[in-house]
Amino acid sequence: MHIPSGFLEPQVWIPMTGVSAAGVGYALKKSGDFVDERKTPVMGVMAAFIFAAQMVNFPVFSGTSGHLMGAALATAILGMWPAMVVMTSVVLVQALLFQDGGLDTLGANTFNMCILGCMVSGAIIGIGTKFGKRAFYPSVALASWLSVVGASAACALQLWLSGTSPIQVVLPAMVIVHAIIGAFEAFITIVSIKFIVSVNPKIIQIFSENTEISEREINSIELKKPGDVT
Amino acid sequence: MKRTLIILLAVSLVIAGFVSWFASPHPDGLERVAEDLNFIDRAEDPPIEVMPDYTVPGVRGFLSNGLSGVIGVLAVFGLVMLAGIIMNRKKRRGDSHAPSSH
Repeated sequence: MHIPSGFLEPQVWIPMTGVSAAGVGYALKKSGDFVDERKTPVMGVMAAFIFAAQMVNFPVFSGTSGHLMGAALATAILGMWPAMVVMTSVVLVQALLFQDGGLDTLGANTFNMCILGCMVSGAIIGIGTKFGKRAFYPSVALASWLSVVGASAACALQLWLSGTSPIQVVLPAMVIVHAIIGAFEAFITIVSIKFIVSVNPKIIQIFSENTEISEREINSIELKKPGDVT
Repeated sequence: MKRTLIILLAVSLVIAGFVSWFASPHPDGLERVAEDLNFIDRAEDPPIEVMPDYTVPGVRGFLSNGLSGVIGVLAVFGLVMLAGIIMNRKKRRGDSHAPSSH
């Protein structure tokens, strides 16, 4: 779903670049509150894994392929904010080194696949896990599917606003194809999480548990702040 | 945890380096829609091509794709580690205000 250079008009890609820059900056700040030297390599390998998985296009139907997006996978393992940082790193490298996705469209691609993808995933997994551990995998599956469909809908809106196609044509076209790709996304995401957990079950807890601990730490840091002179 | 990270990084390298060779060459969802709705021609050539279409210039076939995948995996890992340094540096600066430090 990487939008190539030229698909979007400046009135679309310039604001999208601004929104994404602000969003990723905020994600970096939020992640920095609880990510330490021990956790960054976990984020690094998740980014590496998602980049690798994205290279493997699978056939969807006649003459069409799809590949993993990874927002739900990253969010399930790392939580929403670090997942955004990880996804943005992947999309940035794809644009800069592999010309997969344009430079003008980098902001839109980042918004669709990284920011929106992780926000949708974070919301659904967050609500799902309130119903207990058994709801984890079903909510991850739903998050996977909806993150892909949501990103495709956002992409369709950007294409329409750029004058490529009427909304009533491009929106259903994008959503229908990605509703199918989204089912593969859910399958690959679940298999990947099961594999990662089989290697080390603690990998999920590292981020979920420490989020709570770090929130306490953040509070204590913030209490000290009034005394700081910067 | 170190062992876990090494295993996952190795798996990523194998997927990017070897499994990616078996990837479907067909257009992805967006490209297919762009073809069907006749706006694929809007795509512009990028100003600079480093490793276009996941190939390393000058290297052929299987090796080119695999090598680009390996470079990509390492680049992505490196970029996140770099982001980590930025995130952690901010925090360490915050910690240095704590009374325990010199």
